[in-house]
Amino acid sequence: MSDLLYSEIEEELRSSVRDLLTDHCPPSAVLAGCESREPYDLALWRSLAAELGAAGLQVPEEYGGAGASLRETAVVMEELGRSVAPVPFLGSAVLATTALLACPASDLLPALAEGARTAVLAVPLSTAPGAAFPSGVRADGNGALTGRLTSVADALTADVLLVPAVDADGPGLYAVEASATGLGVVRRTSLDLTRPLADVTLEGVPARKLAGADTAPAALERALLTGAGLLASEQLGIAEWCLGTTVAYLKERKQFGRALGSFQAIKHRLADLWLETVGARAAARYAADALAGESPDAALAVAVAQAHCGALAVRAAEECVQLHGGIGMTWEHPAHLYLKRAKADQIALGTPGHHRNALAGLVDLPGPVD
Amino acid sequence: MSEMDIRTVVRAFLAEHDPATTDRLDFLRARFDAGLAWVHFPVGLGGLGAPRALQAEVDAELAAAGAPDNDPRRIGIGLGMAAPTILRFGTEEQKSRFLRPLWTGEEVWCQLFSEPGAGSDLAALGTRAVRDGDGWVVDGQKVWTSSAHTARWAILIARTDPDVPKHRGITYFICDMTDPGIEVRPLRQITGEAEFNEVFLTGVRIPDAHRLGAVGEGWQVAQTTLNNERVAIGGQAIPREGGMVGVVADTWRRRPELRTHELHQRLLKAWLEAEVARLTGERLRQQLTVGQPGPEGAAMKLAFARLAQELSGLEVELLGEEGLAYDDWTMTRPEIVDFNGREAGYRYLRAKGNSIEGGTSEILRNIIAERVLGLPAEPRTDKDLPWKELAR
Repeated sequence: MSDLLYSEIEEELRSSVRDLLTDHCPPSAVLAGCESREPYDLALWRSLAAELGAAGLQVPEEYGGAGASLRETAVVMEELGRSVAPVPFLGSAVLATTALLACPASDLLPALAEGARTAVLAVPLSTAPGAAFPSGVRADGNGALTGRLTSVADALTADVLLVPAVDADGPGLYAVEASATGLGVVRRTSLDLTRPLADVTLEGVPARKLAGADTAPAALERALLTGAGLLASEQLGIAEWCLGTTVAYLKERKQFGRALGSFQAIKHRLADLWLETVGARAAARYAADALAGESPDAALAVAVAQAHCGALAVRAAEECVQLHGGIGMTWEHPAHLYLKRAKADQIALGTPGHHRNALAGLVDLPGPVD
Repeated sequence: MSEMDIRTVVRAFLAEHDPATTDRLDFLRARFDAGLAWVHFPVGLGGLGAPRALQAEVDAELAAAGAPDNDPRRIGIGLGMAAPTILRFGTEEQKSRFLRPLWTGEEVWCQLFSEPGAGSDLAALGTRAVRDGDGWVVDGQKVWTSSAHTARWAILIARTDPDVPKHRGITYFICDMTDPGIEVRPLRQITGEAEFNEVFLTGVRIPDAHRLGAVGEGWQVAQTTLNNERVAIGGQAIPREGGMVGVVADTWRRRPELRTHELHQRLLKAWLEAEVARLTGERLRQQLTVGQPGPEGAAMKLAFARLAQELSGLEVELLGEEGLAYDDWTMTRPEIVDFNGREAGYRYLRAKGNSIEGGTSEILRNIIAERVLGLPAEPRTDKDLPWKELAR
């Protein structure tokens, strides 16, 4: 059985990341940032990536990374979820970095590992593991890309886009510099204010091929599976914040002459939420551990973690809004930031329903034939 | 003591007591006397004062040698509840008198706690114990008593002072089930069988030497019993698809003609919940191993009760027309609950008890909310009132 606890090193990492986020990423700052023209806090990103080395945790030391594992990366995701931090960690340090690690060409890795540059895997955020290789972008004989992609997360600030494209030999993965001629990256108004999406258009954009038909599909799948598995840790962080904040509020807030948290109807809802959060921790840890160890159980572990944690984060955020009463419906209270992130995360990298259906195949529980 | 040391001890024991040629009871008694019954108990009381984790080594070594076991499921109440309480609160005489036959299974135990008027509010119990010379005279009625009809001994809590608030006037006793004045009646339940009993106590005499802990402090003693009950539930490692989910998944795989889309979605949700609960239990056990006991224990029982009910209900529906039938309404008196030995209808009905027995799901949610999340208690109107003034 795998290790479902946190190591001392992981707890130290958590505490460093949490300190940084507590100082530089309070909900008020997140909200103010969302309403500014600059959707990401790049100063925070630089501290996180460069000073704490968070961007290169899963990158081997030979490429300038920490040579740690996805278990540590998952801990960072938990903390980023807890503070709905507006940084391109999922897009760059998880999705793009994982894809690059599975590609033969890895010269981009050192800059990503030290956080000097960011990259993004150019697929819609809703793309689930197991999806067919995207065919929306085509590469001509010179490697120039033409096509259109929608709802790409973390693309607005990316220095490099990793674009899955189809060429004469079949599927390939290409690197496009953000400054390349013919590339358009347009911000969308997205449900999640803290992780803005962009639509990407490519009109004969010069690109460099990183992987061909033999490795590109596997690199994409590995990135999507890893992204989905680690997103469960972010969802756990969201749920923990929502539960903790709600419990603290209900201990203080009085109605009918007593603390609201003393009413049994409320207590039972919070106890159930706690129970599901405890389950989410076990499931998210198992997924991170299975991915880190490249366990044969990884696909199943990810499906379980995503199906459970995706639904839980939304429920926790919805309970947070409801149990805060009127204040929970306001723009000033941060609950809405968590609800929006949780709801978007529920769709990101496969919905809970998608992952449950994936389970049906993985554990031999097929549906009816008709 | 290390794993290596304990293996040496077990092998030396096996060299002297060949399980193939030794009488079952003689073997079990010898095992107790060698300290291999429960290694974390003190020397002389069936243990070696060794770390609890080493018990698994002992059990595995003995099982591999074909040693008889003490049938722990049949004597679960004695092992899981009476023994740790006697160990902690018993006198030396009580420990040496009761623990050995308890462990070997020669003497079965039952638990006289719940009453018709005191279930979740156990401290409201009304069975009276009145001092009489060097003993006590007990009158009252208990209910939901598993094994009362086979038990030689019972752990009993009774009210010894009605003039103080309910938690303070309770005393804990060991009761001889063969004494005059004890009447055990089967309590037939929803499944048709009589797994539990009602126990009527009329003028039952208990010597003061059979009191556990101080007079009036029975509630604290009972907490030890109840905590051990909850640790026992959910403490076992189970494989993926262990338990009820495996039964339903097997039926699903064997019977493709029964499948519907709606049941498929429900089955996948339940399978997922079962796997999350399994991982949660595994994480809890890992925390215990490194000495960081988490509060997840109470949660596990809650989770498993919900799952068992969901899955057993789903199974009956899946079976369709077959689900309309029931295997057997004959009143039997099983010594252990065997879900898998009966059919789907039985599982459905028996699982209803999972959210009631050993602490209702409502009480467990209160425990989580108050002790884990730190939410304020509901206002209590009865806490400081003398028991005799309580509304009943």
